[in-house]
Amino acid sequence: MSSLILATIARVAVALMLLFSVFLLLRGHDAPGGGFLGGLVAAIGFILYVLAEGPREVRAALRVDPRSIAFVGLAVALVSGLAGLATGAPFLTALWTSFGDVKLGTPVLFDLGVYLVVVGGVLAMVLALEEEVG
Amino acid sequence: MRGLLIAPVVIPLATAVLLLVLRPSRRVEHALSALGCVALLGAALMLLVRVAGGGVAAMQLGDWAAPFGVSFVADRLGAAMVTVTAVIGLAVSVFAMAEIDDRRRRFGFAGFVQILLGGVCGAFLTGDVFNLYVWYEVMLIASFALLTLGGERIQIDGAVKYVALNMISTLLFLSGCGLLYGLTGTLNMADLHAKLPAVANQGLVTAVAVVFAIGFGIKAALFPLFFWLPASYHTPPVAVSALFAGLLTKVGVYSLIRFFTLIFTGDAAFTGALLAAAAAFTMVTGVLGAAAQNEMRRILGFHIVSQIGYMVMGLAIATPLALAGAVFYTLHHIVVKANLFLVSGVVRRLSGSGDLARTGGLYAQAPLLAALFLVPAFSLAGFPPLSGFWAKLFLVKAALEAQAPWIVAVLIGVGLLTVYSMTKIWAEVFWKAPPEPRAALPPLRGGERALLFGPIVGLAAITVAIGLWPAPLFDYADAAARELADPRDYVAAVLGSRP
Repeated sequence: MSSLILATIARVAVALMLLFSVFLLLRGHDAPGGGFLGGLVAAIGFILYVLAEGPREVRAALRVDPRSIAFVGLAVALVSGLAGLATGAPFLTALWTSFGDVKLGTPVLFDLGVYLVVVGGVLAMVLALEEEVG
Repeated sequence: MRGLLIAPVVIPLATAVLLLVLRPSRRVEHALSALGCVALLGAALMLLVRVAGGGVAAMQLGDWAAPFGVSFVADRLGAAMVTVTAVIGLAVSVFAMAEIDDRRRRFGFAGFVQILLGGVCGAFLTGDVFNLYVWYEVMLIASFALLTLGGERIQIDGAVKYVALNMISTLLFLSGCGLLYGLTGTLNMADLHAKLPAVANQGLVTAVAVVFAIGFGIKAALFPLFFWLPASYHTPPVAVSALFAGLLTKVGVYSLIRFFTLIFTGDAAFTGALLAAAAAFTMVTGVLGAAAQNEMRRILGFHIVSQIGYMVMGLAIATPLALAGAVFYTLHHIVVKANLFLVSGVVRRLSGSGDLARTGGLYAQAPLLAALFLVPAFSLAGFPPLSGFWAKLFLVKAALEAQAPWIVAVLIGVGLLTVYSMTKIWAEVFWKAPPEPRAALPPLRGGERALLFGPIVGLAAITVAIGLWPAPLFDYADAAARELADPRDYVAAVLGSRP
């Protein structure tokens, strides 16, 4: 199963895919992309790493249990919704602030939450299956 | 007010996050999940009072005006369903504290229960067809986790059947969403109510209505697509089956009621006849299937199927009285059915099995349990003065007024056969001599006894209270039915002042 070629390529490819996933996450605000897509791309990156190095290495690289990543993501998304509620507007209402030309708002936080839920959820399933087989 | 509408979704999800991220000790976990359920119940009751006093309430998520954003709407039906969901959530969470072993607890049992409650409440409150689909998915994922938790072979077997059929149902539902959007360009329920009559090809609308009816019919366990239910509900821990038995199929029934009173009202003669036929077959096959079973939870599972038929029959007759009967029946049934499953859990704990051949003598061993079984069992069969009697009475009266004697015959006949099943459980589990030899099980300790019996006593008290004072609940159901029959208030609350 372990292949030197795959392992060498994976190192570079995984880093690129994770970077690309963040790009997709940020781009998603008004162009195709977003937390769900970005999360899937990041998960695929980790899955490539699972194939190259095995589930144990991936768990070590992640440092935290993927299920916890998913639940923290759910918490982040909930907080982004509650932020709107706290100002008296309906749940999930976007709040915006700007630093010069850069506008920041709670929708990014919501997307980040979705991203974490997808990465954590997919990895929890894939790692469990891989460990079962392997 | 805006916060109150979303609270029944946010509270369980926030509780779930706390439970699953912190992974607290046993004691803290029990306190947290009980607190979450009590908070949910509090929010639900406030919503109920608000809706009963001030009419339909609506909120637009993210402040995107309807019909472009996702609307959350609470009418009398939705608020009552959320309240009864909170009651069942609390009862099951307390019961689970005594039943669920440490291994399942560490896999996050309590957290998934909260996610399921959040999904169910979301489904009852959303006013958007696609958002309803999302809540169905949330429920499906959480219920799949709860079904398989523990990983016993029989559980996986039940879960595969459950998930396979539910996936087909969600796919049909999703296709229906696409067709509906293609026809009208909107998925907001109130907006659909306004726009569907203007669609030129009404035959197509009826076809889409049938797609939704099949999708929700699978979820609600309607004939002929009910067989996943008796195949899976007896496999997980009893707390899980009680939660599913009380709530999940009723979300399907709720969706049918919502769609066929608010959205698909164009060809009422055809859809009504279709639903009436499905309901009658569901009632009869469910009750006959139960008669052939010899395991307590399998009998009860078939009875869920049979009872679903009653609720859908109320929808099919579609007069205001029949709709009120269906709402009354649904609320009463959730309490009674969850309670019967909880009783079966104590039976299993005391005799080591739910198999009728291997139980017996519990009347002598646990007279309180025997008395508590009689309340929901007689209520289910429709004995006066318990809640089930009134529920059946309203439906029979509605069927008589609608000049449909065959429906009356089915309603009463199935009720009699239900008595047969309940008598069978009574005779086998409680009355007959215990089979020799009997494995010695540890007696119930004080704390365990309180956690197991507390929820059963509470739910039985609700059943008796509804039975003795049916008027307030019936008045409420009647008002809910009027809202359903004439959705102008609902539409106005969602879309603002527009016609």
